[in-house]
Amino acid sequence: MGSSPHVEFHGVSKTYDGQTMVVQDLDLCVNEGEFFTLLGPSGSGKTTCLMMLAGFEAPSSGEIRLSGRSVQHLPPRKRGIGVVFQNYALFPHMTVGRNLAFPLEVRGISAARRRERIRQALEVVRLDGFEHRRPGELSGGQQQRVAIARALVFNPTLVLMDEPLGALDRRLREEMQFEIRRMQQDLGVTVVYVTHDQQEAMAMSSRVAVFHRGHIQQVAAPETLYEEPEREFVASFIGDNNMLRGQVLTVERDHCDVATPDGIVRAFPVHHCRPGDPSVLAIRPERVSLTRPGVYTNEFEAVVEDILFIGDHLRLRLNLCGNPNFVVKIQNVIGHSAVLAGDRVRVGWSVMDCRALPDEEGAGSGVLTRPAAPLRSPPGDATGVSGTDRADVPPSTQAV
Amino acid sequence: MTSRTASFGLGDRLARWLHLAFCAAVFVFLIAPMLVVVPLSFNAEPYFTFSEGMLALDADAYSLRWYRNIVEDEEWRLALANSLFIGLAAAAIATALGVLAALGLASPAMPGRALVTGLLISPMITPIIISAAGMFFFYSYLGLSQTHLSLVLAHAALGTPFVVITVTATLAGFDRNLVRAAESLGAGPFVVFRRVQLPLIAPGVIAGALFAFAASFDEVVTVLFLGGLEQRTIPRQMWAGIREQISPEILAVATFLVAFVLVLMGVVEWLRGRHGHQGEPAR
Repeated sequence: MGSSPHVEFHGVSKTYDGQTMVVQDLDLCVNEGEFFTLLGPSGSGKTTCLMMLAGFEAPSSGEIRLSGRSVQHLPPRKRGIGVVFQNYALFPHMTVGRNLAFPLEVRGISAARRRERIRQALEVVRLDGFEHRRPGELSGGQQQRVAIARALVFNPTLVLMDEPLGALDRRLREEMQFEIRRMQQDLGVTVVYVTHDQQEAMAMSSRVAVFHRGHIQQVAAPETLYEEPEREFVASFIGDNNMLRGQVLTVERDHCDVATPDGIVRAFPVHHCRPGDPSVLAIRPERVSLTRPGVYTNEFEAVVEDILFIGDHLRLRLNLCGNPNFVVKIQNVIGHSAVLAGDRVRVGWSVMDCRALPDEEGAGSGVLTRPAAPLRSPPGDATGVSGTDRADVPPSTQAV
Repeated sequence: MTSRTASFGLGDRLARWLHLAFCAAVFVFLIAPMLVVVPLSFNAEPYFTFSEGMLALDADAYSLRWYRNIVEDEEWRLALANSLFIGLAAAAIATALGVLAALGLASPAMPGRALVTGLLISPMITPIIISAAGMFFFYSYLGLSQTHLSLVLAHAALGTPFVVITVTATLAGFDRNLVRAAESLGAGPFVVFRRVQLPLIAPGVIAGALFAFAASFDEVVTVLFLGGLEQRTIPRQMWAGIREQISPEILAVATFLVAFVLVLMGVVEWLRGRHGHQGEPAR
C-alpha cells in the first residue's frame, strides 16, 4: 500500500441541462491501496462521480487525474479501470469463462495465459469450476462474484464498484462485504465504492466521503465520521443522532451554551461560532444515560413515550425539550427493565457527547421548532424564518 | 361469479355468438380466398374452377402440370432468379442501413430523434405509387431505370423501415451497462458492437432482414415503374400472367408463395420466442 494519490478530482462539476448541478466544484483525493467509499442518498451525485471517473460521462468543468495524469481525453477502454455494475452487466450470451476471457482477448493475451488468469480470478471469488455456466444459471450472489472476477481478471490497479450489493439479500450482502474487503486487501488494489448504505460504508471502507446535494460534506475514516461529524447532514446520516435545534448563547474556549426551546444545553462547538448563531445539537442515543440528579452537566426531565425491546438493548422514545422523538438507547441490564411508558425519567449526557453544529437544515426540516425570538437573523436571511441553503454555507465550514 | 353468470347468462351467450360470427366472417373473407388457391393449383384442367372430378376426389382430376410448367418455363425461372437476387441484395442493404440507424437512434446523445425516425419510416407510410413514380423520374434522369440496381435501391429504401423498427424494439430492452462494461474492459467501438451488441440484438436484426426481404419479394408497383423485361420478378410475372393469359400456373406460384411466407413467418416467430426467453431477468 502506497500513499501517493491514485485518483484526484480538482474542481469537478457536472450538469446535464446547464442549470442543475449534479456535482459542484468537487475536490477529492484517493490514495493508492485505499478502500474509498462515496456515501450518500440517491441523487447526491456519488454515482455521477463514479461514471466520470470510469469515463462514461465527461465533467462539465474541472479535471480528473489518475496517478497524476489527466484523463480528460482518455476513453473508458484506455483507462484500465475495473468496473462492477449494480446489475452485474454480465454478457448474457457468453459463459462465465467467456465473460472473463473478454478483457484478456481484447488485450491480445495468449490462450494459455488466459486460462491461467481466469482460473486464478475464479479462485479469488471462490467460484472454481464455474467456467462453463451461463450467467442466467447462477444465483444473484454468484453473478456478483463473476462480475467482480471480470473486473479483476485483467489486473487493474483501480476498481470501481457501483452499489454492487444493492440487489442481494441481507445475509448475502454482509457475507460479500467481508469477501470484497478481503479481496481488496489481498490484491492491494485501490477501490472506489459507491453505496447509499451507511452501515456498508462503515464496515468496508478505510475512508468515506459523505455526499449530499452534489457536495462532499466530510471525508474521514468511519470512526471519525461517527464520533466527530462536522456537518449536520453527516450527523443525521451516519448512525442515529438526536438533533436539538437552538441558538448559541455564550461561547467559551472548550464549550458553548445553546438555548433550545425548553432549556439551555452545554455543548462542544465543532466549528467557530458566535452568540446568536443558529445551531443544531447532535447527541447519540447510546451516549445518553438515565441518571440521578447531579451527575451530568446536561440533565433533563423527560416523559417516556414508548419503549422498544430490541434484545441486547432497549430504545426509549422520550418527550424532551419539546422534542417528542428523543431516543435513548440503554443496555439491557438488570434494573433498566423497570422503566415503563408514561414514567418521568431523568436523563443526562456529557458536554463532549453533545456536538454543536451549524444549523444548515433550518426550521424547514420540521424536526423541531426554532427558538421563538432569534437574537440575530442568520446571514443572508432577513426574515429569520427559513434556514440557510446548503449551497450558501461559507467555504470555511466546507469539509473536504 | 356463479350469480353473475346466472343473471347475465343470456346476454353473455349472445355476445359470444356474435363474436364468433364476426371471427368467422373475417376468416371467410380474408383467409379463405387464399386457401382456395391451394387445391385449385393442382387442377388438371386449365380453368380457375373446381371440376366435377376434383369435387369427387378423382385422382385423375388432380395434376402437377402447372408446377412442371413453371419449372420448365424460362420466364418464370428468370422471374424467380430476379426476385431472389433483388430481394437478397435489397435486404442486405436495408439491414446494414437499418441496424446502423437504429443504433444511432438508440443513443441518448441523438439530436432530432423524432424527425429522423419519421424520415426513416416514411417509405412505409407514403403511398407506394407516389414513391414509385418519384423514383421512376429520378432514376430515369440518372439513367438507372430498367436496371437491376434501380430495383435493388428502391426495395432497400422500402425495406429499411422494417429493420429500423424491429431493431429499435430489440434495443429498447438492451442494457446500456453491457456496452459500458465492455468499454471498461478495454474493447473499442467495433469490438463492442460485434461481440456484445450484435449477438444480443441478432433476433431483431434477422427478423428485420426477413421482413425487408419479404417486402421486396412481393412488391409489384416499383417493378412496374422501374423494371423492364429483364427485371421481371415473380409478382410482376404473375401480374402479366393474369392480364395476358389466364392460366393456373399463377395458382401454382401463389401456392408456392403462401408456403414460402408461412416459413418466413415461422422463422420470425421462432426468433421472437427465443429472444423473449433470453430477455428474461437472470435470477
